[in-house]
Amino acid sequence: MIRKILTLRNVRRIYAAFFLLLFIILLWLTSFNRMKGYETPLFLELDPLVAIASFLTSWTVYKGLALSLFVIIGTLLVGRFFCSWVCPMGIVNQVIGSLFTRLRAVDAAELNSYRVLYRFKYYVLALFLVLAAFGSLQVGLLDPIPFVTRSFTTSVFPAANYGRSWLYLKQPLFNGGTLLGLIFLGVIFATRFLPRFWCRVLCPLGALLGLFSRKPLLRIWRDVDLCTDCKKCLGHCHGGCNPHSELRITECHVCMNCIEDCPENAIHYGLPKPSSSAQMPLDVSRRRLIESVLTGVVLFPVMRSTFASGTSPQYRVIRPPGSITEKDFLRRCIKCGQCMKVCPTNVIQPALLEAGFEGLWTPILINRIGYCEYNCVLCGHICPTGAIKPLTVEQKLGKSSGQRQVKIGTAFFDRGRCLPWAMNTDCIVCEEVCPTSPKAIWFQTFDVQLRNGMTKVLKRPFIDPTLCNGCGICENKCPIRDHAAVRVTSIGETRSSLNQMILKS
Amino acid sequence: MRAASTCGLAAATSVWGYVFYSKEPVRRSDTKILTFKDYRTGENNVYPHLAVVHGKDAEKMVRAAIDRIGGMGRFVSANDKVLLKPNAAWDRQPEQAANTNPAVVGAIVKLCIEARASEVWVTDVSVNDPYRCFARSGIEDATKRAGGKIKLASENDFVLTDLKGESLKVWPVSPFYHKADKLINIPVVKHHSLSKCTIAMKNLYGSLGGQRNRLHQDINTSIADLATAIRPTLTVIDATRVLRRNGPTGGNLSDVSIENTVIAGVDLVAAETYGIRFLDLKAEDIPFIAIAEKRGIGTSDLKLLNVAEIEV
Repeated sequence: MIRKILTLRNVRRIYAAFFLLLFIILLWLTSFNRMKGYETPLFLELDPLVAIASFLTSWTVYKGLALSLFVIIGTLLVGRFFCSWVCPMGIVNQVIGSLFTRLRAVDAAELNSYRVLYRFKYYVLALFLVLAAFGSLQVGLLDPIPFVTRSFTTSVFPAANYGRSWLYLKQPLFNGGTLLGLIFLGVIFATRFLPRFWCRVLCPLGALLGLFSRKPLLRIWRDVDLCTDCKKCLGHCHGGCNPHSELRITECHVCMNCIEDCPENAIHYGLPKPSSSAQMPLDVSRRRLIESVLTGVVLFPVMRSTFASGTSPQYRVIRPPGSITEKDFLRRCIKCGQCMKVCPTNVIQPALLEAGFEGLWTPILINRIGYCEYNCVLCGHICPTGAIKPLTVEQKLGKSSGQRQVKIGTAFFDRGRCLPWAMNTDCIVCEEVCPTSPKAIWFQTFDVQLRNGMTKVLKRPFIDPTLCNGCGICENKCPIRDHAAVRVTSIGETRSSLNQMILKS
Repeated sequence: MRAASTCGLAAATSVWGYVFYSKEPVRRSDTKILTFKDYRTGENNVYPHLAVVHGKDAEKMVRAAIDRIGGMGRFVSANDKVLLKPNAAWDRQPEQAANTNPAVVGAIVKLCIEARASEVWVTDVSVNDPYRCFARSGIEDATKRAGGKIKLASENDFVLTDLKGESLKVWPVSPFYHKADKLINIPVVKHHSLSKCTIAMKNLYGSLGGQRNRLHQDINTSIADLATAIRPTLTVIDATRVLRRNGPTGGNLSDVSIENTVIAGVDLVAAETYGIRFLDLKAEDIPFIAIAEKRGIGTSDLKLLNVAEIEV
């Protein structure tokens, strides 16, 4: 009885369910009132592609990213286990793919055998690693862990919350969230036409783990003496690795389905037997590989020769407090969206083209949506790659001796839209909410003459740029809702030596 | 048969067109607009109008103040749902005096439970992130320890309410004000650069949702309108720590002065008038006190009232 339930396949399913649930729970825990010291970026830290690519850009393995060594060592020993046992993206693709497509045995054999198309992911990997070697970290676009974290943060969780408020008190809104949601759905929809399309064709992490699993100690073996060439082993194959002939070892997810699908007990996992079949090595075309490397060689100078945040400060690119200088930021940020998840005010948003193509989906602050909470430093503590460095509250506010507060930008008044300036109406909400002490927003009292000849005593606001830390609460709470009369731009940010305006600061 | 079903369809189409014919582009549902109930209990002239307690231990001070004006039993009956409205607007710590002292809130929760209230809810519509405000002000912890519940409203929960004021008409209001039987207002004494002070009357601002930052454009009338529309059962002013400058956010301990005082009373205006002395203000400096007094909300001349000062 227990033997029947605890089959290899079911053991894998239990692991998969556990890790998918763990992923969702960790992401749910990624918020101010639930964190309490849990290792919430665990999956990102286990991701060897993040560790290797960010190592190439900046020659460090940052803190928790060292955990990815376990995955690398594990893959060297037992094969590409991560993809079907641990990876939330792989598991989501597998579950949804098998729910919505029921294949006839003959179609399954056709769709689950190896295709030349599967080489594509190795070219994607080559392109990303070349870009990384030059100093541009673009792996986050397609690396499955940042991809699934970002998609869940900016579209799945907010959509699940919509109209119910059971995940968030305030419905989160994300810049371009529909686009991110549609990309995620599109990838999943592709499993209608080819099972595990993402994992087999696109996934650069799968390709990297494929490279590590070229010669694992333990692997799937087919006994040629016992095999009757029935191809039943292809019925549920996850990787499309041809267990029925010479196994494509780099494609095998060690899902163990072929072992149990084989009616002749011809397939086993472990060490080879004398009658075991030969296996196929990594299959890539050298020409295509050189092509994708060259693409990277061409793309990098192109990306760095445009007017973007990497080449010149951009006024809308306000980075979270603790962010390192923009060039280094682009070397470290994997666009995973953890900072967007943890931010209590929803101000951290995925950039579209505000920071240029290189900065797509990197975090920027949009103060119409939220503002940087004065005493909050969560984003730096959650960032798995150190693009945002962890600050203490004292460091952020400049309360420890010899330190200045961390500025992320500076606020400016638009006197043509400001009620006391333009319309002689009392307001100064900005002064009320300004969190610094003394307040960066101060006021002067004016006697103004109204249209009807009466005089009125009125308070008009001013900014003290040396006290302003750019938190943006003034812009957020300004009653001019659509385009505030006080707005923050990135000038004066502590992390940049270029983006400054005041001589003595 | 076929002809009959075609005729039926045609008839159904005509009926559909007739029933839904409208000159409006969008059908509006009639949302019911509520008004505030009067949370006060009956007049009682046996007790002093205001109890002012000086001391060190916040819980003892609150107990002494409320005992002096008749005990919590005068205000809260058995099985009442009691709503407490402290000032928990800012992500600040208790020492910074931007929010109500958690010890004062905790003591009032305890007193309500001792008066056999069925539920004690603590709420505010914070300016900063509400989770952070309640956690870091210490109010969440103090409330839970004392046996009360924190109630936070999500955007969808707000209920349109008619304040029938001069500048405040229909506003979205936190739903708990309509679910509770009694309301205890627990402000802290703070400086405010536009209204000069934020104490008991301005604390009621925290019942509103929506775009309430527009209230600044006519802040004195707005505050008076709030005090006219919302009549709390009891007001307990926390003047243990007073934010004298840089209000209402504060942030610097040098802005805070320790006054070790708690003021309790039913008359919002009288309590407010007592509170402003900590900010070196006089009642005639503050227009909204005059407006409220003119409307008969309360009395600002403390000489006319019985004020009991106690030390504990």
